[in-house]
Amino acid sequence: MTTTAELLKGAAELFPDEVVTQAHVRHLDLPLGAGRFALITLDNGLDHTKPTTFGPQSLANLSAALDQVEKEAADGSVVGVGITGKPFIFAVGADLKGVELLKRREDALAIGKGGHDVFRRLQSLAVPTFAYYNGAAMGGGVEVGLHCGYRTVSSAIPAFSLPEVFLGLVPGWGGCALLPNLIGAERAVSVIIENSLNQNKQLKGGQVYDLGIADALFDGADFLEQSLSWTAAVLKGEIQIVRPEVDRGAAWDEAVAKGRAFADSKVHGAAPAAYRALDIIAAAKDGDLSAGFDAEDEALADLIMGGELRSGIYAFNLVQKRGKRPAGAPDKNLARPVTKVGVVGAGLMASQLALLFARRLEVPVVLTDIDQERVDKGVGYVHGEIDKLLLKGRVNQDKANRLKALVSGSLDKAAAFGDADFVIEAVFEEIGVKQQVFAEVEAVVKPGTILATNTSSLSVSEMASKLEHPERVVGFHFFNPVAVLPLLEIVRGEQTDDASLATAFAVAKKLKKTAVLTKDAPAFVVNRILTRFMGEIQNVIDEGTPVATAEKAIEPLGLPMSPLVLLELVGPAIGLHVSETLNRSFPDRFTVSPNLAAVVKAGKRGFYVYDSGKPELDPEVAALLVQGDSVLTEQQVRDRVLDAVAQEIGIMLEEGVVAEAQDIDLCLITGAGWPFHLGGITPYLDREGVSERVHGKPFLAAGVASVPA
Amino acid sequence: MPRTARDVVFVDGVRTPFGKAGPKGIYHETRADDLVIKSIRELLRRNPALSPELIDEVAIAATTQIGDQGLTLGRTAAILAGLPKSVPGFSIDRMCAGAMTAVTSVAGGIAFGAYDVALAGGVEHMGRHPMGEGVDPNPRFVSEKLVDESALFMGMTAENLHDRFPHLTRQRADEYAVRSQEKAAKAYANGRIQQDLVPISVRRTSPEGGETGWGLSTADEPMRPGTTLENLAGLKTPFRAHGNVTAGNSAGLNDGATASLVAAEDVARELGLPVRMRLVSYSFVGVEPEVMGIGPVPATEKALAKAGLSISDIGLFEVNEAFAVQVLAFLDHYGIADDDARVNQYGGAIAFGHPLASSGVRLMTQLARQFEEQPHVRYGLTTMCVGFGMGGTVIWENPHFDGGTK
Repeated sequence: MTTTAELLKGAAELFPDEVVTQAHVRHLDLPLGAGRFALITLDNGLDHTKPTTFGPQSLANLSAALDQVEKEAADGSVVGVGITGKPFIFAVGADLKGVELLKRREDALAIGKGGHDVFRRLQSLAVPTFAYYNGAAMGGGVEVGLHCGYRTVSSAIPAFSLPEVFLGLVPGWGGCALLPNLIGAERAVSVIIENSLNQNKQLKGGQVYDLGIADALFDGADFLEQSLSWTAAVLKGEIQIVRPEVDRGAAWDEAVAKGRAFADSKVHGAAPAAYRALDIIAAAKDGDLSAGFDAEDEALADLIMGGELRSGIYAFNLVQKRGKRPAGAPDKNLARPVTKVGVVGAGLMASQLALLFARRLEVPVVLTDIDQERVDKGVGYVHGEIDKLLLKGRVNQDKANRLKALVSGSLDKAAAFGDADFVIEAVFEEIGVKQQVFAEVEAVVKPGTILATNTSSLSVSEMASKLEHPERVVGFHFFNPVAVLPLLEIVRGEQTDDASLATAFAVAKKLKKTAVLTKDAPAFVVNRILTRFMGEIQNVIDEGTPVATAEKAIEPLGLPMSPLVLLELVGPAIGLHVSETLNRSFPDRFTVSPNLAAVVKAGKRGFYVYDSGKPELDPEVAALLVQGDSVLTEQQVRDRVLDAVAQEIGIMLEEGVVAEAQDIDLCLITGAGWPFHLGGITPYLDREGVSERVHGKPFLAAGVASVPA
Repeated sequence: MPRTARDVVFVDGVRTPFGKAGPKGIYHETRADDLVIKSIRELLRRNPALSPELIDEVAIAATTQIGDQGLTLGRTAAILAGLPKSVPGFSIDRMCAGAMTAVTSVAGGIAFGAYDVALAGGVEHMGRHPMGEGVDPNPRFVSEKLVDESALFMGMTAENLHDRFPHLTRQRADEYAVRSQEKAAKAYANGRIQQDLVPISVRRTSPEGGETGWGLSTADEPMRPGTTLENLAGLKTPFRAHGNVTAGNSAGLNDGATASLVAAEDVARELGLPVRMRLVSYSFVGVEPEVMGIGPVPATEKALAKAGLSISDIGLFEVNEAFAVQVLAFLDHYGIADDDARVNQYGGAIAFGHPLASSGVRLMTQLARQFEEQPHVRYGLTTMCVGFGMGGTVIWENPHFDGGTK
């Protein structure tokens, strides 16, 4: 039989670059004369910007610390054992870099087993054990505490979660088995499943206590002192911890069923992690922890060897790293300061932009339009939105006053934009109109002022072509709703200079947007791929496949919404318009659906009615549809659609629309909400063999978003 | 407007365990302001009858008001301790008598009617902020011989005091120091000290000082129980070759903080706060900076005169032990025996340590506990010498006084 030490040693050899966490054992005298206590501090020796993680060597260090305290507990030289973290950080779980490197199932299994073997020792010491969640705790960090007898939590903790399902794993170092047995299945499902699938929602200290995960809550200012005083009182029997009885009856099964329904609503069965976690939670009802831990090991090993997790980690890294350091952005020192912003147009989009710029940049923002009524309406919208923020407590009165004072309107472009550094237009999508607007703006602005366009489908270069200084024009393409979707496609026109581009990236960063640099190609990235994707679905419907089959064919991808629901959100008219634009650029690949045109012409807002509570094909739409007689199976539909997407991405990469496939995926995740388990889309296309079939090779090298070769 | 001066009382006092300054010291990686903040929080936890918004002022002393002892500590520590933002605060400096001055300042404000309840304390992290850090003495001190150069070095002023009083020998100083250690050890054994200590979590990342990771400071680090005359006799005299002042018969370089609650007596009673001591009088007096250790003598004279009391009315003394010789000079002046039982019953700074600006409140906290234990005593005093030639004395009345003999 392999010992834990051998297991971890083997794992450590696979991961030589681990940032190693030390487990320091220090002894102290508890208050109230409660006795000598051993406190383990998890610390990777770096500051709080490099959170403490558990790789194999780190686990081995914790194991060695436990060897020491186990002896001391057994011989009575300590009355209790505690575990806490370095300042601001408890521990944030397994080191994902180590997970990415794993190639063999047995190594993946070893990581799960190794963690369990070490952590569960906390359950069998001869003295009570305590976890003090002093700072950020995630995944394995939360789990190591769950193995302890008691827990305290700091009210100052900003982030506490079991985010494994979000990434494509299960809480596999005890979380799935222990948490429901501690706080009941319903609450455990909310933490393990619902929070993870709700954009990885984090708990605050107070919630950790309210959920019953921690037995006591203390302020951050003297958290450890109070935790240790509390520990002394618990050990002396002055404080009794009574936890509510866990309901092991029908409530448990209902909670699991509810969790499954929730997972279905989010990933539609397309990603296995949530379901694996729910299986373990369901089985943990009998309180058999050992069986639960074994099930966790197996689930971890399966998921680590699966594409969904690899895609999840890839997607996570894209958002966390690439999204913050955009590929191809010029030297940020070239950026010019932006101290005032102009917005041409005062419609809904323009007003949303004005609000965003005012909130994030906190500089004056002036809206202009063709008449006072429109200007007043735009400014009124922004002021109304600021009042809503005030009512929700998102800003205080002073801040609301400031923001309102920042946003004004004018009919006089010269007065409005004369001292602006950045002017963005959000007028009608018509090249002549936009050229006209830019010409007017250029006549009144300073030499270095950036002219940005929020166009979704027109050529930025063409828009700039008639200007005296076309080098100052950049595309600045937001996604609706502007306040929600993180993506901002920054488009470099043929003549855009580095300083203007650098300024655009600097502004994007202040707007807290994920900026991706794209070439001035038709519809840029997200709209081009979505239009090709939708177009192919529309094609198969037009050719004769029933709407329901076409929609169902896409379900296994686990997209946030079905294609036709998305079309409804975008608006059929806009969808049609974009398809027409792309059809002009690429007539051989982008079609204009006569059925869609008919739906738009009939003034329908979508394909569905929701009278029954569920989307059902609107009979009026059904009556409009003229279909051929080629009926495809779901598999055939899916192949057609995915082939089209893969083809389009291949062409975009050849054209150099973005630097790499990674940028395409980042755009789809942050601009279209495509899920982590697809890794955007190219990891999925690669692992399903679509890339090979269409493109002749995968988009990503082995190991980038898949098990390394 | 007619005005009535109000009686001012000492409600409660706490302190951190004191640490040894330097890389091996327990607080080497602990911020000075955190010591203050945790003391304030403990004080409030101990006195739940006091709503924090009733605190009218936070006066925090530090000698070296730089870095984590700067930024108007009274205000910033109040915010960081979680006091309502409506509670104001300020920083204060009278070197060793900082916390004592914090108490007398807010006491003056209370008596005048400007405050009802105030927080006063002090801190000195001599490891992070060694004495003299960043000072820039005016060259006229020396060029115009305003003070002797030795006035800037406290150990030298103590040697100067031995010169002035040749009969206060090193032997007497060492004997005094041994007793201080003995009394402190006894007070610990009787649990008299721990009850007012605030446990402080302490981090250590360098193994130089011992086990690494988080620990908990629950006792004074500088204590040397079991110290003998023989131990002390062999110690060097760092301030003067063949001198008298050693590390053994003086307080060390230390880290620590104190905090106290001071209130108008009527307000304290109305709120149900404890009344541990009643302020009788106080005074601060300047002396020659070269012999700053004599400061407690004129300060006490003045405070007694203001109170209309004589030294024989004082039943308990808490004299800060910056240097044994300076305590001896005080006792000698009043004809009190070196080992008089009324003096420093729990031991003093030679044993516990002396984190400069924090010590004044330690004296008060200990006197308050002695009042509690000894209701036959009516008056007590806290006194200390101060750098650059000063002394400070505060006379207190025992509210538990039972009409006994003293």
